[in-house]
Amino acid sequence: MKPNMNAARRSFLLKSAAVSGGLLVGFRLPGIAVAAEEAKKGVEVTHWIMIHPDDSIAIRIARSELGQGSFTGLAQLVVEELEADWSKVRPEYADVNEHIKRKRVWGGMSTGGSRSIRDSQEYLRKAGAAAREMLVAAAAQKLEVPAAELSVANGVITHKASGRSVRFGQVAATAAEFEVPKEPKLKDPKDWKVIGKSLPRFDIPEKVNGQQIYAADMRLPGMLHASVAQVPVFGGKLKGYDEAKIKGMRGVKKVVAADDWVAVVADNWWRAHQALKAMPIEWDGGEHTKVSSESIKQFLRTGIEAGDVPVARKDGDVDAAMKSAAKVVEAEFYAPYLNHSTMEPQTATALAKDDSIEVWVGTQNGEATIAAASEAAGVPLENVIVHKMHAGGGFGRRGPHQEYTRQAVKIAQSMPGTPVRLQWSREEDMQQGRYRPVAMVKLRGGLDQNGNWIAWNVRQADQSILSTVDLGPNIRVKDGVDPIGTRVFSDNPYAVPNFRNEYAMRNTHVPPGFWRAVAHTHNPFFRECFIDELAHAAGKDPYQFRRPLLEKKTKDLGVLDAVAKAAAWEKPVKAGLQRGIAVVDGYGSFTAAVVELAVKDKAIQVERVIVAIDSGYVVNPDAVKAQIESGIIWALSALMHEEITIKDGRVEQTNFADYPVLRLAHTPKVESLIVPSGGFWGGIGEPPMIAVIPAACNAIFAATGKRPRSLPLKHEGFSYA
Amino acid sequence: MATFNVNAKEVKVDVEPEMPLLWVLRDELGLTGTKYGCGISVCGACTVHIDGEPVRSCVLPNSAAVGKKITTIEGLSQDSSHPIQKAWVQLQVPQCGYCQSGMIMAAAALLKSKKQPTDADIEEAMTNICRCGTYVRVRDAIHAAAKLAA
Repeated sequence: MKPNMNAARRSFLLKSAAVSGGLLVGFRLPGIAVAAEEAKKGVEVTHWIMIHPDDSIAIRIARSELGQGSFTGLAQLVVEELEADWSKVRPEYADVNEHIKRKRVWGGMSTGGSRSIRDSQEYLRKAGAAAREMLVAAAAQKLEVPAAELSVANGVITHKASGRSVRFGQVAATAAEFEVPKEPKLKDPKDWKVIGKSLPRFDIPEKVNGQQIYAADMRLPGMLHASVAQVPVFGGKLKGYDEAKIKGMRGVKKVVAADDWVAVVADNWWRAHQALKAMPIEWDGGEHTKVSSESIKQFLRTGIEAGDVPVARKDGDVDAAMKSAAKVVEAEFYAPYLNHSTMEPQTATALAKDDSIEVWVGTQNGEATIAAASEAAGVPLENVIVHKMHAGGGFGRRGPHQEYTRQAVKIAQSMPGTPVRLQWSREEDMQQGRYRPVAMVKLRGGLDQNGNWIAWNVRQADQSILSTVDLGPNIRVKDGVDPIGTRVFSDNPYAVPNFRNEYAMRNTHVPPGFWRAVAHTHNPFFRECFIDELAHAAGKDPYQFRRPLLEKKTKDLGVLDAVAKAAAWEKPVKAGLQRGIAVVDGYGSFTAAVVELAVKDKAIQVERVIVAIDSGYVVNPDAVKAQIESGIIWALSALMHEEITIKDGRVEQTNFADYPVLRLAHTPKVESLIVPSGGFWGGIGEPPMIAVIPAACNAIFAATGKRPRSLPLKHEGFSYA
Repeated sequence: MATFNVNAKEVKVDVEPEMPLLWVLRDELGLTGTKYGCGISVCGACTVHIDGEPVRSCVLPNSAAVGKKITTIEGLSQDSSHPIQKAWVQLQVPQCGYCQSGMIMAAAALLKSKKQPTDADIEEAMTNICRCGTYVRVRDAIHAAAKLAA
């Protein structure tokens, strides 16, 4: 390995310049000699890895920690190849401003779509391997032995023949001078020691003693607090407000208004919020003040009843096959708007100085945050510092939509030099969501005389998320079809020879967003309950009905078989219980569920939920288990409780009192089956929940003889026992 | 000036008596471990102990806490050594963690009143909302903490 003579590499040497947030920023200009002081502070051996003379290692994390364990899992990928001592490793956020200045050197920062590990595993493992090779080359130079004679373990490079060794910290500065190998050799998965291990999460100790600082907990000298009211009818405008009415209220400093919101700034958030509530505000609701959940349903129905609509997928000849069918099954389903309701309401702190802006925010996408802050402030990206904080829940709420960041920036700009912490009230968070869109479907299935499934027509009437947000050229609305909205149907794994997926886009003024698992929240409910219905129409067991249809989809079949086995499906279910089964793939993983429950007078006792997941490889099994538990609770909550309704153009729900979510008392027994088949990298944050709702609804049918057609179930008189 | 006893320390704060205790703790005293979640006493993220009892501080006027012993997550133990905190780390309970201060304070109060809580006791006492769905582990960790404390 040759030393890299390009002085630019030296510029990667970061100095530890503590700024107000305590994060690392600042960089050396090319060609400037390395100061002795800086040398103590550690060097970058690849941009992902910072090694210090005391052997402590910082691993840069580009994705966000939302509690799913990305800080730990992503570090595991690097350390596996680096052969570092895990006890000396700590993760830290890759600085967003540096990221921009260094031409997006840390790759994607978006933390959604269960992508953190699967999208970055290769370059992270390569970074670890490259750094190891550089460290070995440096050690070879220092020990004056051939690199091939050196071995590496736990951050120590050893020359066995002579018994000499050096630690990473001793050779890191030299290693940093070498060129980064482009194709370092990666380990065979069978040799992994760190990947596949349930290492404790880095973020947990500070989450049990109140020390974790969320965006909501930012405290800066002279900081003020703000509470905001946004126009309740989406698309409306702020007409006026009477500031005089709150004049003299204790602690109130300022009122800041924009086109469609107004905020009160005070020396204490409660005072800001009290004043905001006391201030008369007039809104112009605009053209949508008559919209209601009922009118939205009627609008969706026009999509179900329309003649020709765009087609997302077509196999064979559905119409002819349907005509020839011995039996046709038809069903309609509906799913409502849902809110993320992260436990930490949307929050951002901003500080405006001259022509720069600094923000502290829990975000699922550092790049979206810096872009929003830059645009709102009217300053170039280079002049924006974003301090990523661990988010108090994400679930898709804190990704491309950054209204809170924009608002905090605008407020801060009206008071240069004063940091302002904007925290939405829970009511604001409930009423200004980016909601899981409404969806209606009509499904028709044809069976031949032997009960074989020969024809399937899917008609979706759906609100499109991609019509409101651009995720880049690879995934956009095309020919009237939202490729995210059709998932689970357009990528249907079942071998039905004649299949058509029709898609009628029906967009409303209610802003849609990416709610954990997105279309994989409602489309599996529609599809897997309908298949259960077809199985019954064919006189077949719902598990056995699916198996031949998935014959060629061995991964789907694998998880389906796994849950059936765990549930002892071939035997009758335990007395007093009923059960349902479902299988769904998504986000690169394969998952199936069996739900066992009892229904007495519409009171549902969910006894046990079994979820199997095949994500190919598993980085941290305990973190996967936690996501299975989490996904089950998330699904059971939506199944029974959650719904956002619209009246007079605005959201009716205000808080957890009228938007109830699942609590501990209704937590079932959970059985997690992690069945990795190897060879691929699937997502974990979303997949574990996707088969749970249909499996539960199929169990409810088994118990009651009635098919749930619409969520949440509370509207059909159900509750959890 | 109101005088509070917070985490075994006397503090004086000049606040209007109706301000909920939560905002005295967070915005006046800088004790940010206690969280705002709903402001209507439904989610439990703001749970603290007042004279050893779990109380949702987001609706409690601070004047009602004067002269009483207030304990927040920061004062539950010096070094995360409370059995609940230990069990929470051992079982890797928190996910996003935002609700966990309140969850831990509610669990610690339960353990104080019932040395060996049953599942039914836990279901009754633990009504805090966790959106990440850590309930499975909360339940297991309370049982584990009861063993640690025994």
